[in-house]
Amino acid sequence: MGSRLRRLWRAALYLWHSCYLVPRAALGVAIFITELCPQRLRAPISFLTELLAAIPSVVYGLWAVFVLVPIMRDQLGPFLYKTLGWTGFFEGANFGVGLLTASIILAIMILPIISSLTRDIMNAVPNSQREAVLALGATRWEMIRIGVLRNSRIGIVGAIMLGLGRALGETMAVTMVIGNHPDIAKSLFAPGYTLASVIANEFSEATGDLYLSALIEIGLALFLVTIVVNAVARLMVWAVTRNAPARVN
Amino acid sequence: MNFQSKSMRLNTAWRSAANYLVSGLSILATVLVILPLLAILFYLLYKGTSSLNWAFFTHIPAPVGESGGGMANSIVGSGIILLLASLMGVPIGIAAGVYLAEFGRGRPFATAVRFTADVLNGVPSIVMGIAIYSLIVMQQKHFSALAGGVALAIMMVPTITRTTEEMLATVPHAVREAAFGLGIPKWRTVLSISLRTASPGIITGCMLAFARVAGETAPLLFTAFGNEFWSFDLNQPIAALPLQIYKYAISPYDEWHRLAWAGALVLIAMIMVSVTLVRIFANRGALKGGN
Amino acid sequence: MGVDIRVENLNAWYGQTHTLHDVSLHIPANHATALIGPSGCGKSTFVRCLNRMHETNPIARAEGSVRMGDVDIYKDASPVEIRRRVGMVFQRPNPFPTMSIYDNVASGLKLNGFRKKRILDEVVERSLKQAALWEEVKDDLRKKSGASLSGGQQQRMCIARALAVDPEVLLMDEPASALDPVSTSKIEDLIFQLKSEYTIVIVTHNMQQAARVAERTGFFLNGKLVEFDATHKIFTNPSDKRTEDYITGRFG
Repeated sequence: MGSRLRRLWRAALYLWHSCYLVPRAALGVAIFITELCPQRLRAPISFLTELLAAIPSVVYGLWAVFVLVPIMRDQLGPFLYKTLGWTGFFEGANFGVGLLTASIILAIMILPIISSLTRDIMNAVPNSQREAVLALGATRWEMIRIGVLRNSRIGIVGAIMLGLGRALGETMAVTMVIGNHPDIAKSLFAPGYTLASVIANEFSEATGDLYLSALIEIGLALFLVTIVVNAVARLMVWAVTRNAPARVN
Repeated sequence: MNFQSKSMRLNTAWRSAANYLVSGLSILATVLVILPLLAILFYLLYKGTSSLNWAFFTHIPAPVGESGGGMANSIVGSGIILLLASLMGVPIGIAAGVYLAEFGRGRPFATAVRFTADVLNGVPSIVMGIAIYSLIVMQQKHFSALAGGVALAIMMVPTITRTTEEMLATVPHAVREAAFGLGIPKWRTVLSISLRTASPGIITGCMLAFARVAGETAPLLFTAFGNEFWSFDLNQPIAALPLQIYKYAISPYDEWHRLAWAGALVLIAMIMVSVTLVRIFANRGALKGGN
Repeated sequence: MGVDIRVENLNAWYGQTHTLHDVSLHIPANHATALIGPSGCGKSTFVRCLNRMHETNPIARAEGSVRMGDVDIYKDASPVEIRRRVGMVFQRPNPFPTMSIYDNVASGLKLNGFRKKRILDEVVERSLKQAALWEEVKDDLRKKSGASLSGGQQQRMCIARALAVDPEVLLMDEPASALDPVSTSKIEDLIFQLKSEYTIVIVTHNMQQAARVAERTGFFLNGKLVEFDATHKIFTNPSDKRTEDYITGRFG
């Protein structure tokens, strides 16, 4: 089915949008919590991140529909069109829903997961590495870059992939803001579809066995993609953290 | 290598600046990440509390267009589904965890079980819903609370299994050996001693799994389906809080939007309480039952 | 060339625990000085105060005056600058596992902005020769990871890494305690050759090692510097009874 391929491509596209900013933001949080944060704030902030991760998709969706979509439609959208409209990514009618909005809410949702995984990975790096870099006369950021991040590269990539794996299957919030239109357009404002939202939306309209089978097949495709991404990601994270001694501060 | 040379001082200044920049950026990142949480919570409180009244907790939804009504049936329905899910998921999860930790060490079957649990964990909730739909709903030719419970139960199992296994692993072997030395049979040791020692952690795992499935909507879309009226029949569609929130949120009626906010507030409150309890319990357990 | 180190009334704390009490001494330039004492006596803490690594622990604190040459390292310079001028070798070798041998040794230089291949090549070769490791690794410089060497080789590479940035002082915290006897004697030979170019401070549990490599030795006990004198005097005719008790093995 050609349209299934298109939807897969769709899912890949908006994952790519989340791919650049989100890992860096999550990394920033993880760095802050593990290396820069004053001792007393450490527990509250990681608790907050945990709470963030526990918010159900439908609540994110609710918030996105009534807060994010109006912002996109009335403020952020026109702003983006004015400044970056020449790129061709911000054309067309802007109703506030669409690819960009979905990417944003998805990014917000997977940030906590990536953050806490990255935190675990960074904590697994032995202190002797940090000291070795410091003793050479490095600033704190250089110490983090060479002593911690460099050693955990693989694990961090794994954590990002795990977050993206979760994003792949996210249904509710995305369904509520993606606009539900089975097409691919260049503009980020255009409404779209994802594997998961297709199933959610069209299920109630599925008349006849063929329609239903098609939806179930989409479910299978989603299942397989998720399994592969998750398996690879878990392997990476496991490879890095399995020999980790407890970090003594 | 002259330390005080101009190029060295420039180099040092540049590196200092980079250091401050990165510190600033990561603080910014943290603020940006925490911000949505606070924004969502405050907005929920703001929008939700005004709609929370006694009627909300006691009435079922009013007909379309009329004001008033509540989500009583959804709250109760969620409770029923979650109870079903826990009754099915918790024993299976703990049993699997016990097997993995106590009886299956090194056996290939145990590796298969662990692998399956990990795979199940990664399955998107909507796929789970579709799967249960095919397996149960289509066979029975109707939606049911039971199907919903099964879907959520399967989602709880991997988390509980993994936590149980990890917690049992922290029980010092010396404790088990003391029991064996006293002549207590293995099954009895596991039940009375290992499980009891690890119980705070195991309970934590169950609550964690509970918090995770409490907010799930997608699997229920195809199993429990939702119900506008009171229903206590497990073989019929039943209302659930997340389902109702979803339905109201995408509807065009302001009245329903209002109810959706209130429902979301209640849902979040439930989950936050679970997560906080988990944190408290986990810390206590670390002191009591840990190493 | 090395500089001398003058320490006056150095006190250090870990949280509430007072770990160093009023330590004062003068470490001469271009000599090797050994610090001995039982476990937990504060000698490692002292050495970590000399390159301001002590304060990397958030609950740690130090007060007093430490001058290297004419620079007060706490008042006149930043920790980053000091740590570049003072090299450190740790008890357990800590090579960077994701880098080749070449990159490991060159890491300090790259940090300080030296990128030119010619300079890096020169310095890496010179440092590895100083650390008596060049012959063993010169063919695998870029191919082997820093962590793939044996324990003794790793430690010598860490010494090379420290020497590459041309420090004036080299601090060694029990550098051979995790190594086999053959590697240990190689490292002691190294110290012997290096001390004419750098000021070396070596912390050691091994009194014979101190006697072999150091001109002066200090004995620490319970956070206080009990005695500091020429090595042969400490070991043959100590002034303080506590020193004598430790030397003769009555405790420790």
